[in-house]
Amino acid sequence: MTADTLALACQQLLVPAGLGEDDLHRALSCLLGHAVDGGDLYFQLRRAESWSLEDGQVKDASHAIQQGVGVRAISGEKTGFAYSDEIVLPALLEAATAARAIARHGGDSRLQVWQATQRLARYQPLDPLVTLSAEAKVRLLERLDAEARRQDPRVTQVMVSLAATQDTMLVAGSDGALAGDVRPLARLNVTVIVEHAGRREQGSAGGGGRIGYGWFLDEDRALGYAREAVRLALVNLDAVPAPAGTMTVVLGPGWPGILLHEAIGHGLEGDFNRKGTSAFSGRIGERVATPLCTVVDDGTLADRRGSLNVDDEGTPTQCTTLIERGVLKGYLQDKLNARLMNVAPTGNGRRESYAHLPLPRMTNTYLLAGDHDPAEIIASVERGLYAVNFGGGQVDITSGKFVFSASEAYLIENGRVTCPVKGATLIGNGPDVLTKVSMVGSDLQLDAGVGTCGKDGQSVPVGVGQPTLKVEALTVGGTQT
Amino acid sequence: MSEAIIHATAPLPAREQLETLVADILAEARIQGATSAEAAVSFSRALSVTVRLGEVETLEYHRQRGLGVTVYFGQTRGSASTADWRPEAIRDTVRSACAIARHTAADPCAGLADPDRLAREFPDLDLYHPWPLSAEEGIELARECEAAALTLDPRIRNSEGGSVSSHAGLVIYGNSHGFCGGYPTTRHSLNCSVIAQDDGGMQRNHWYAVARDRNELETPVAVGREAARRALRRLGSRRLETRQVPVLFAPELARGLIGHFVAAIRGGALYRKASFLLDRLGAPVFPPFVTIRERPHLPRGLASAPFDSEGVATADRDLVGEGVLQGYVLDSYSARRLGMATTGNAGGTHNLIVEPGPFGHEELLRQLDTGLWVTELLGHGVNLVTGDYSRGAAGFWVEKGEIRFPVHEITIAGHLADMFQGIAVVGNDVDARGGIRCGSLLLERMTVAGE
Repeated sequence: MTADTLALACQQLLVPAGLGEDDLHRALSCLLGHAVDGGDLYFQLRRAESWSLEDGQVKDASHAIQQGVGVRAISGEKTGFAYSDEIVLPALLEAATAARAIARHGGDSRLQVWQATQRLARYQPLDPLVTLSAEAKVRLLERLDAEARRQDPRVTQVMVSLAATQDTMLVAGSDGALAGDVRPLARLNVTVIVEHAGRREQGSAGGGGRIGYGWFLDEDRALGYAREAVRLALVNLDAVPAPAGTMTVVLGPGWPGILLHEAIGHGLEGDFNRKGTSAFSGRIGERVATPLCTVVDDGTLADRRGSLNVDDEGTPTQCTTLIERGVLKGYLQDKLNARLMNVAPTGNGRRESYAHLPLPRMTNTYLLAGDHDPAEIIASVERGLYAVNFGGGQVDITSGKFVFSASEAYLIENGRVTCPVKGATLIGNGPDVLTKVSMVGSDLQLDAGVGTCGKDGQSVPVGVGQPTLKVEALTVGGTQT
Repeated sequence: MSEAIIHATAPLPAREQLETLVADILAEARIQGATSAEAAVSFSRALSVTVRLGEVETLEYHRQRGLGVTVYFGQTRGSASTADWRPEAIRDTVRSACAIARHTAADPCAGLADPDRLAREFPDLDLYHPWPLSAEEGIELARECEAAALTLDPRIRNSEGGSVSSHAGLVIYGNSHGFCGGYPTTRHSLNCSVIAQDDGGMQRNHWYAVARDRNELETPVAVGREAARRALRRLGSRRLETRQVPVLFAPELARGLIGHFVAAIRGGALYRKASFLLDRLGAPVFPPFVTIRERPHLPRGLASAPFDSEGVATADRDLVGEGVLQGYVLDSYSARRLGMATTGNAGGTHNLIVEPGPFGHEELLRQLDTGLWVTELLGHGVNLVTGDYSRGAAGFWVEKGEIRFPVHEITIAGHLADMFQGIAVVGNDVDARGGIRCGSLLLERMTVAGE
């Protein structure tokens, strides 16, 4: 099905406010009237809910509606921005008047004719909130509680949360871009606490995507999260202090791909590279990884948490190759930075909401499969760390130093995975960490749909993935010297 | 740009308007059958300007409204929020909250704060100092701030910009016990982030100032120069060998350590048994020279509040006295779960002050003798259930009290309970730019992982 998401977006965002194409033209003309190079109007309506369980009962839930219009005016490298949480013509014109103040002088720009972006359907334009009844949501959470407690008597606390949004956006740009999208997003998470002999540990598991709630019921996914959370917590009950120092690290498939997000992805965002503030600035064409490594950012994957039909500037998403067989190929671009760097936008202009400015952001970032059997990779390590689950990460894009924190890890001794170790932060240097990748597994996996990326105070959903990877040297921040 | 200036500095709506909205929401909840309800309505405005390499980069006008309601039907509850203040939106929002409450389970601890704990007096804490900042003035200050950084040293070669922002807001909270209160606040800030470069590579650093009253901000020049100094001193950073050493946390990071302590004694973490500091009330958590006070009524304080986010009066207290844990951080719900009384901390703590020790930065370096002075942390490797702590770090290697060289690409690790007990000295170099005011903290021993 190829839904006409632009028509749906108009219906939800413009019709109730009595706004038509003429009004969008009027607001954009008001922007350009002040000799601004270009600009756009971004309309949004977001409905969200969350349900949470603890003590075996759903005792808390909430519903939220957020809507508004953001107006951006661009003049050279300057951006003026204002927004209103009322979608009505006077507020729209007031915001346009404020935003255009950025340009005291500048280009002579004309409104381009609307060119609706081609229809795409990376996901269905559904409303996840209504895909289960309230009773069924409560029952699902209660079932997960029971499933987690059934796993092991050492489970003392179970917390489950179910959340979804339906995000409808419409963007109209002075460059003629006109696009609308209806973006569902659902997420389910289970956290348990286990207790044994006075020691407590926590385990969390979950997943989601641009899907309805029914997806969690398919293939017993939801029950799987409950079991996985308990398994993780129990593993950590037996964990010994993690080692400290630089060693060989084998990263498991899937979510450990947060490595690529932190070490590589952020450093390749167009804004940092246009300004020359990234450790990767000016390095296109250089070798930054072993030839085993090809890294892409792909916003087109079906139903994925990080996927979009169009970005928040109306550019269709694409699969952008960042590193090809070890060589740096490209950056992630929004329109502003693409224009200033004289390249094409890559569909990575994203914003948290109408009240935020678009920035170059990742979608789903992953490293392609190699041809090693994962078992063979572990067997090749005499002494090292096998890290399979992670919490968050962070990067200093200028120095290139990045961290990501393991939440499930084991020692590798003489080619075998032995005892679990406590969570520890791993630190490395983005521009050279992939030059130390000596083996790439055949087991590419994407994460379960749990990632949220923060930049300049803006959060957006993203995905990551990778096959099993062997990194010859990473610094492991444990306590055992 | 005159129209825009009016837009940026227009006054907040009258508080009576927001009080009427709160009353309307509570009335609507009653009409729809709720046995009790609480509501908050907020409005905020901000102007922020960033200048990069001398040119305006962004000029942003923010204007945000909010409206949130929680309804109770006996002991079940539901919440909903919107930005829409129209009567039909209020009806719909209350209806959404009521619809949720029909499906949630009864919780004997749920409900409004007890009426006898609600604030009756509203001391003026001097939190509102509007700054009639025009776009032009903002641009000029941001430019001045960045220029001070760019001209300090030729090795400052690039910039992420200087910025100025001014924020004003008004929140009114009310509940069906008859409480209705609120007050306007302002918050102004200056930021600067620049990049130093030499043959060894690039290093970025930043500095900022924040205050309720713009007259209490550091000057733009001081902020810019400090950002530049901090970037410059990172040039030539090396790694360290893996080892165990004493660690000195700079004040702006020491605040974070105290933040982990607060997170571990919050009611939500305690009743879920998700904290490494369970059942420690009355027990020593820090060495005897550590005292942490909560002072909610400091004039112009960044975390000052006459009442918390459920209307409970705030009051002075000692959270830690001579190293001993004197109280938890509770709201009404978590307090009931624990069989205790709320501490007036719905929404967080209100100005925590770690009593400063006698020594300044230079003397602290001497006391560190040989070890690591940490000035930056990276990542989120803190597990509050177990107390395990492992984060990326950068700073300086110190030998015999002298700074030898900057370091990076290392981690520091330990256990928070040991780290708190292992505090050897609290500095008097207090960083007052937040809700936790703390000087440097010298810790006896942590594991540094590096080469």
